[in-house]
Amino acid sequence: MQHKEIVDNTSQFLQQYVGERDIDPEEEIFSSGLVNSLFAMQLVLFLEKEYNLKIDHADLDLQNFKSLNSIGDFVISKKQS
Amino acid sequence: MTIGFSEQHELSKQKFKFFVSEHIVPFANDWDNNETFPREAVAKIAKEGILGAIIPKQFGGQEMDPITFGILCEEFGKGSISLISLLTVHGMVSQSILKWGTDQQKEKFLPKLASGEILSAFALSEPNVGSDPKSVETVATQDSNGDFILNGRKKWISCGQIADLYLVVAQVDTKPTAFLLDRKTLGLDVKPITGLYGFRSAMLAELIFDNCKVKSSDMLGRVGFGFSHVANAALDHGRYCVGWGCVGLGQACLDASLSYTSKRKQFGAYLRKHQLIQKMIADMATNVRAARALCLQAGNLKQMGEPDLIMETSIAKYFASKMALNAANDAVQIHGANGCGSEYPVQRYLRDAKITEIIEGSSQIQQIIISQSAYHRFLFESRNARKEKG
Repeated sequence: MQHKEIVDNTSQFLQQYVGERDIDPEEEIFSSGLVNSLFAMQLVLFLEKEYNLKIDHADLDLQNFKSLNSIGDFVISKKQS
Repeated sequence: MTIGFSEQHELSKQKFKFFVSEHIVPFANDWDNNETFPREAVAKIAKEGILGAIIPKQFGGQEMDPITFGILCEEFGKGSISLISLLTVHGMVSQSILKWGTDQQKEKFLPKLASGEILSAFALSEPNVGSDPKSVETVATQDSNGDFILNGRKKWISCGQIADLYLVVAQVDTKPTAFLLDRKTLGLDVKPITGLYGFRSAMLAELIFDNCKVKSSDMLGRVGFGFSHVANAALDHGRYCVGWGCVGLGQACLDASLSYTSKRKQFGAYLRKHQLIQKMIADMATNVRAARALCLQAGNLKQMGEPDLIMETSIAKYFASKMALNAANDAVQIHGANGCGSEYPVQRYLRDAKITEIIEGSSQIQQIIISQSAYHRFLFESRNARKEKG
C-alpha cells in the first residue's frame, strides 16, 4: 500500500467534513481548527474500516493523526506491525 | 414486524418487554416519587445480564448487536426512561474501557461491569461546564511517582449515588484526560442531588475530589485524549441509548393515549372519535415510527463500523428526544386533568422527556453539529459536481 494512496484517500474522506477547501498533506488538521472534536472518532472509524485496523490506546499519539502525511505514516507502520 | 428487525430481534423484544412489564412498569411511579432506584431492582437487571449488554462474551457480557441493544433501550424507555440512565452511563464506561482500555484494565473491570458486581458512572459535567466539556475545570496533577492527584467537582452525574467506579475527565496540564476512579478513593465525597424535575430515579450526584489519588495505570487512553476520543466515543453510545429510549417513551405516550381515549367519553362519544384527538394520535404514531427508523439507521451503521454512525446517531437522538417531548406533551393534553395527577404516568413521561433534550449533548449542540455537517456535505458535493463538469 502506497503512502500517497492513503493520503489521497484520507484527504477525500476529510474533505466531506471541511467543505470546499483544499488540504495540504502537511497541514495540522486538529490544531489548526480545521475539524471539530467529533471528527477524531470519525477518523478512527474511517481508518479502522478502510484499512482493516484496530486502533487502540497505544496508538493515541497526536503524531499519528496530526496531518494527512502523519496518518499515511501511521497506517503503513500499523499494517507492518 | 419492523423493517430492519430480524426474527431474533423480535424474540429479544418480547423477552425485554416481559422483563420491563414485570419488574419496572409496576414500580416506576413510586421510584419516581421517592427519587430512588432500589438495589434489589438493580440486582434483578444484573441477574438478567442486562448490565453486560454490550460487553463481549469473553468478559462475561451478552455481546448484543447494536440493534438488539437499541431494542433493549426502547423497552426500558417504555417502562421508565429515567432508569435508562443505568444502561446509558454503565454502557458508556464499559464502551470506553472496551475501546481504549489496556488489556489489564479490560481484565480488571469488564467482567465486574458485565455481572453488575460493580456499577459505573460517567463524570464529565461540572457546576460551570456543560455543553463545552473540553473546558472542564477538574485538574489532575502528576506526583513524583507518576500517579495523579484529582481536585475539582463534577455535577449532574447520573447513577453517581450508586456507582462503584467513575470515569472522570480532568485536565492534565490543560489537556483533557480520562481516569477510572474507585468509589472508595480517599478524598472523594458523593453528594446526592434531589428535587429534580425529571429523571428522578437516575440517582444523580455531585462528586467532590479533594486530593484523590489515581494510579497512572487507571488513566484511560492517554493524556490529551480524554475528550476527543474517550468521552466522544462514550457520548456517542449515550446518544444512541437515549435516542432508542425516547422511541420507547414516545411509544408509551402513544399506548397510554390510545388506551385512555378508548375508555373515556366526552360529549357522548369516546375521545378517540374526536378529530382533534385523532390529529394528536396520528402525529404521535407517525413520529414514533420516524424516530425508530432513524435509530435503526444509526444502529445499522454501528453494526458496519461506518464513520457516518456518529452523525446519524446525533440526528436520531435529536429527533427522538424532540419527538418524545412532543408526544408526552400531547399525551398529558389528551389525559386532561387526569394527565396532571399521579394516577396516570403521563406527567412523569413529560417531565422525563424534557430531560432527554438536555442530556448527552443538548438539542442546541446537536443542531449545531447537524447543520455544520449538512453544509459541509453540500459544499463537498458541489465541489465534486464542478470537478466532474471540468
